[in-house]
Amino acid sequence: MAASLTVNRSQATTETRWVRYALTGLALAFITLFLIVPLIAVFAEALRQGWGLFLAAFTDPDALSAIRLTLITAAIAVPLNLVFGVAAAWTISRFQFRGRSVLTTLIDLPFAVSPVVAGLIYVLLFGAQGWFGPWLAEHDIKIIFAIPGIVLATVFVTFPFIARELIPLMEAQGSDEEQAALVLGASGWQTFWRVTLPNIKWGLLYGVILANARAMGEFGAVSVVSGHIRGMTNTIPLHVEILYNEYNFVGAFACASLLALLALVTLAVKSFIEWRSEKLAEEDRRHATEE
Amino acid sequence: MAFKQASVLPGFNLSFGYTIFYMSLIVLLPLTALVVKTSSLEWGQFWAIVSEERVVATYKVTFGASLLAAIINLFTGLLVAWVLVRYSFPGKRLIDALVDLPFALPTAVAGIALATIYAPNGWIGQWFAPGSVLGGLFGSEGLSLAFNPTGIVIALTFVTLPFVVRTVQPVLADIEQELEEAASSLGANRWQIFRLVILPILWPALLTGFSLAFARAIGEYGSVIFIAGNMPFKSEITPLMIISKLEQYDYVGATAIAVVMLGVSFLLLLAINGLQWWSARRLGRRN
Repeated sequence: MAASLTVNRSQATTETRWVRYALTGLALAFITLFLIVPLIAVFAEALRQGWGLFLAAFTDPDALSAIRLTLITAAIAVPLNLVFGVAAAWTISRFQFRGRSVLTTLIDLPFAVSPVVAGLIYVLLFGAQGWFGPWLAEHDIKIIFAIPGIVLATVFVTFPFIARELIPLMEAQGSDEEQAALVLGASGWQTFWRVTLPNIKWGLLYGVILANARAMGEFGAVSVVSGHIRGMTNTIPLHVEILYNEYNFVGAFACASLLALLALVTLAVKSFIEWRSEKLAEEDRRHATEE
Repeated sequence: MAFKQASVLPGFNLSFGYTIFYMSLIVLLPLTALVVKTSSLEWGQFWAIVSEERVVATYKVTFGASLLAAIINLFTGLLVAWVLVRYSFPGKRLIDALVDLPFALPTAVAGIALATIYAPNGWIGQWFAPGSVLGGLFGSEGLSLAFNPTGIVIALTFVTLPFVVRTVQPVLADIEQELEEAASSLGANRWQIFRLVILPILWPALLTGFSLAFARAIGEYGSVIFIAGNMPFKSEITPLMIISKLEQYDYVGATAIAVVMLGVSFLLLLAINGLQWWSARRLGRRN
């Protein structure tokens, strides 16, 4: 990232060697204690009693149902927020209208709300004593303590991810290319599919993997609306909690290691996308200086 | 002024309409339900719920621990950002990527992992247990890192670790070397340059990261409950209070406390927006 800075610093603009070593050591010690040790602990605890018990944790029907529910939830929540994210980014980055900055702030709102409160608001709407509770009971529709509630809570907590990746990206790119396509006779949708989408695909992917990680790992909001019915309304994080509270540590950490693996994959994809966009920016700069 | 400025680009009505519709459905309508539910309470009842002794104790724990965690991250975040931007060492890219782990790792996983390693018999906790090497420094009782408010601070420090690093890093990388060279040629030493040249540039970013971390810490639930011990009046956090009211089917009580939390979140969101506006203005003026 800032490799040139570290290499080309004169003596006046960097610290003495010992200060550098001490600061680096301190930072690494902090990172080790707070990030690396917990990460290793998840896998070490999961494998504490060997691979046999570790793998057995995944043959448990409750665990399998939790994995299935987690996948279903993410498969619904992420595409919904993907469509919203693109629509919101198109609105905010391509048009000037009144209340534009208010809208931008409102999109971030779910990040400011505690996950527990996020779950609660859906209980107040759809729970037995909620606004729509009597109507739902009459028509025999279950939302709270059922899968729709879990999906709704997950949609809420992952709501801003894709939009907030795309808005700054599309603002920076500007709309010149889209205007050119329109002038050359492309229709609105053709412009979107052939010009806009190829330009934003990496940012889009970035938003999707972040939203997906959160969707699969959400705990607080889902915990409020799920009702913790084993084999029915438990996602992987909720299943981890149950096993842990039953002192089944190997089972809890085995399921947790799945989620930790997902987190590592997320970080790897994220780093790859960042590395790629840095390289592209560097090439652009080189071309600019050559011309 | 017209509502919208003219543009050759199509799709405003569709994308704007869908954005507003979806946001109302998912975010605004449910949040309104919360406020309406509370307004069915009389002020006296509301106050009685939110000022109950056990609830007030959770505010103290939540705000105290969040503040402490944010302060810890203010220092360590600056340190980590500094080292990542200015020094080179093997594995730097890996460490840089790993800083985002708390954003990617589900909170429940972080919670059980931290509770296990900081427990008195855990990998790190045992060094501070009674009779151990470092524990001896804290008296015969040792230092207990889990199942008390200290554990809450540890969990919150983990969860909010990336905020300060990620807000400070780009600003630090953008500081021109010439500024420091000029200061140096005028006779300033490294500490003076840091304090009088670099730190003033970093302040808005530091404060933004600090308040983002604080705001996140206040609402955090999953990572905290496993390590907190959850003792009434001692180590219960406010989100847990909402959950336990819900478990007793006390929806009114849960809603009242949630409204207090929501109010605090809004104030923090406003403060953060203000800070970002301030820092953008400052950076704009410099360029």
